[in-house]
Amino acid sequence: MSRKSVMPGFGPTIGFTLLYLGLVVLIPLSTLVFESFKLSWDDYVHIITSKRVLSSFRVSFIAALIAASVASVFGFITAWVLVRYSFFGKNIFHALIDLPFALPTAVAGIVLATIFQPSGFLGKLLSDLFGLQVAFKPLGIVIALIFISIPFVVRTVEPVLLEFETSMEEAGSSLGATRLQIFTKIIFPNIFPALLTGFALSFARGVGEYGSVIFIAGNIPYVSEIVPLLIVIKLEQYDIEGATAIALTMLVISFVLLFLINLLQLWVRKRSGQL
Amino acid sequence: MNTITQPLNKDKVVTQQRALQDPTWVRWGLTAIAISFISLFICVPLGLVIFQAFSKGLQAYWSALSNADTLSAIRLTLLVAIITVPLNTLFGIIAAWAITRFEFKGKSFLTTLIDIPFSVSPVISGFIFVLLFGAEGWFGNWLVEHDIKIIFAAPGIILATLFITFPFVARQLIPLMQEMGNQEEEAALSLGAGGWKMFFSVTLPNIKWALLYGVLLCNARAMGEFGAVSVVSGHIRGMTNTLPLHVEVSYNDYDVVSAFASASILAALAIVTLILKTTLEWKQANR
Amino acid sequence: MSILLSDISKNFGTFAALNHINLEVPEGELVALLGPSGCGKTTLLRIIAGLEHTDKGRVLINGQDKTDQTVSQRGIGFVFQHYALFRHMTVFENVAFGLRVKPRRDRPSNEDISKKVHSLLELVQLDWLHNRYPDQLSGGQRQRIALARALAVEPSVLLLDEPFGALDASVRKDLRQWLRNLHHELHVTSIFVTHDQEEAMEVASQVVVLNHGRIEQQGSPSDIYDHPANAFVSKFIGQTNIFDLDEHDNEWLQTAGLLQPSQQGKIAHVRPHDIIIEKTDNHHTAPATLKDWQHLGALIRIELVKNESNGSDAPVFAEMPNEQFKQLELSKGDKVKLKIRQAHWFH
Repeated sequence: MSRKSVMPGFGPTIGFTLLYLGLVVLIPLSTLVFESFKLSWDDYVHIITSKRVLSSFRVSFIAALIAASVASVFGFITAWVLVRYSFFGKNIFHALIDLPFALPTAVAGIVLATIFQPSGFLGKLLSDLFGLQVAFKPLGIVIALIFISIPFVVRTVEPVLLEFETSMEEAGSSLGATRLQIFTKIIFPNIFPALLTGFALSFARGVGEYGSVIFIAGNIPYVSEIVPLLIVIKLEQYDIEGATAIALTMLVISFVLLFLINLLQLWVRKRSGQL
Repeated sequence: MNTITQPLNKDKVVTQQRALQDPTWVRWGLTAIAISFISLFICVPLGLVIFQAFSKGLQAYWSALSNADTLSAIRLTLLVAIITVPLNTLFGIIAAWAITRFEFKGKSFLTTLIDIPFSVSPVISGFIFVLLFGAEGWFGNWLVEHDIKIIFAAPGIILATLFITFPFVARQLIPLMQEMGNQEEEAALSLGAGGWKMFFSVTLPNIKWALLYGVLLCNARAMGEFGAVSVVSGHIRGMTNTLPLHVEVSYNDYDVVSAFASASILAALAIVTLILKTTLEWKQANR
Repeated sequence: MSILLSDISKNFGTFAALNHINLEVPEGELVALLGPSGCGKTTLLRIIAGLEHTDKGRVLINGQDKTDQTVSQRGIGFVFQHYALFRHMTVFENVAFGLRVKPRRDRPSNEDISKKVHSLLELVQLDWLHNRYPDQLSGGQRQRIALARALAVEPSVLLLDEPFGALDASVRKDLRQWLRNLHHELHVTSIFVTHDQEEAMEVASQVVVLNHGRIEQQGSPSDIYDHPANAFVSKFIGQTNIFDLDEHDNEWLQTAGLLQPSQQGKIAHVRPHDIIIEKTDNHHTAPATLKDWQHLGALIRIELVKNESNGSDAPVFAEMPNEQFKQLELSKGDKVKLKIRQAHWFH
């Protein structure tokens, strides 16, 4: 299997890696696939096309799409500011970007729900000013997903911006381009693959997110019920078949997204000359 | 999916030349947008945890924390981390060695497989263990016969956490060891060192900061995981509640002080994680 | 100690990196493996070290078959291209490493290790740096520390991969001389890899020219320069003018005094210093026009164009000492006469 190498330990380490991967990840995950064989195609279609399931997919996808878009715009600006400008407290600011990675989702969930509930700090402000209710509405889901998306975008774009050759900008400006032209014609095309990767990572995470969403979403069937929650509900109702069908669909979607993200990252690395 | 951020080399921060500087109004405008955005979505929530936890005074905070259910949740959370983090750390080191030090067919596929738990919804990560070990599950009958409880018990929580935190350490080490190359290791071998000696005196010192970084992130997730654990735990108070689950249960019972008191511990954990993470990034950049 | 390679072959996938290599390096020599990038020279060096396995063939060091021994067992010293110093250890600890990892019964006492390391650091004239870390050293210093580290285990042979490759031109010149002297002092059989023919000629006592995974020629620097075995070696070692009889250069060559020796080949390689420039017409001289010249220090390189329509119109390069060039008092556009002293003929 391997080209003979002088480094020691190929056999034991690859053996352990495959065994552990199999036991912890692949075998448990494959049960979902095998479990779904118990379902006939008709059963499967029946479950997936039921109105409640379709609504939950619609809610999850639209919310994740909007959240990833918003996070991409503001995350890009944040990454730009962090790389290019200096301001007081930048280092603390920089470290805080990763809070959504480090903060347990349940904590994020109750905090966001508390802030945006009608009596909450921002919830009251928004409803007084714009008559807008965030919590217990689909908009609440979007807010929670923006929170968890921030580091995905910032941390994907930031290294590419850091590596970006400023000499290209200098070349552009020596050829007479304006600052705006340099941004749109030189900088943005180079950053775009990374930004798209950040967007895709956010979207993928958003579709599967559970903890931070369920407290703020209100979880009203057909309106603000997300797919992961529906799996939990089916499970609590001992509807294993229903849970399996929905979970398998989600899993396939995740794998497709994983594949696309891998392609994107390959593209980013090709762009930045690492391949 | 790569949810892990690569430590950035701070030395590379570009010092802008005057000719290329953005106009002042652009700089101020963008900085204001970025600061407002991050404040709204990150600073405000962080402040609120602390505010709510102490909203009924220090006394209430303390009694919420010293409550038997909270203490048992803390114990279980620590137990889960103590078992899962070392196992996944060991795996991470071994997998990174196999992947970065040898050429074999299917290597990039294997690397992708390691990433799988990142891309699976936490709920599904819990659900698959219910399918395996639940009462209706594949090993359900056998487990009941032998009176072994996995689902709605600590083992289920540990297994689900093991799955969720599986890629963290490997994901940190693989890119670093790839970039490092193996010349120093070859040098050690050429000077007569054996395999273990080479690993402990050359490889380990070179990867230690990245390793700690991975362990740190792995630990934060192991202690904070909610979705997967929620599916397998059964929410039995004082028995199978981890700290994040305790937060949920208290919150749903309108016990706001207790919920935020537990949340404050987790938030403190997150802040400690961020501080250590920043320190490690700095250490690694100045390796 | 002597090194003997017999019938070494190595493939990477379908690419044949080394093709039936046979090579003998007598004890105490300083040998250069010279060739263009991708010729297999580094692979060959790594095979001798045991850092790479062979597909076929044996490696013998001092008559003992080492083919199946690991790199740790072979007792060689290897200096890596980018030095591969352990960056988390001080200079002292780097050099001491090979002694500290010896099995307990062979391991010298701490005192002996310290003595040995300091004497090696003195040998490379860097004892004053023993407390520094590798990233606090210059390239040339790292190079010498890497060498001291390899020498600490008293290797039977010393192998160096592009030892001067990553250094500045001026540092490189000094280190070449220094390595030669060190070799004179230690007399350990050494092989180094380089793509720079000047470096190989200057440092080595024996040069092995490799191309496409094969040995093209092995010999002393003067052998290789004066008697290149084939067109590749002739072109690779130093500058050369190429005249191809198929392109009707023969008439011009004959006028320049070079009669085609029968059966020796169709392509003549003429070194620039074998072309003599005269101002006056003589027997066996060919007309040419001086186009331009460059100062190479002690030598002047002169670019000439043949004055006859037959043959290829490639420029001809000649070289002569500075003084001689001044005496000729030439200027651009001058008509001159050329005479060719000798040529190497290849097919």
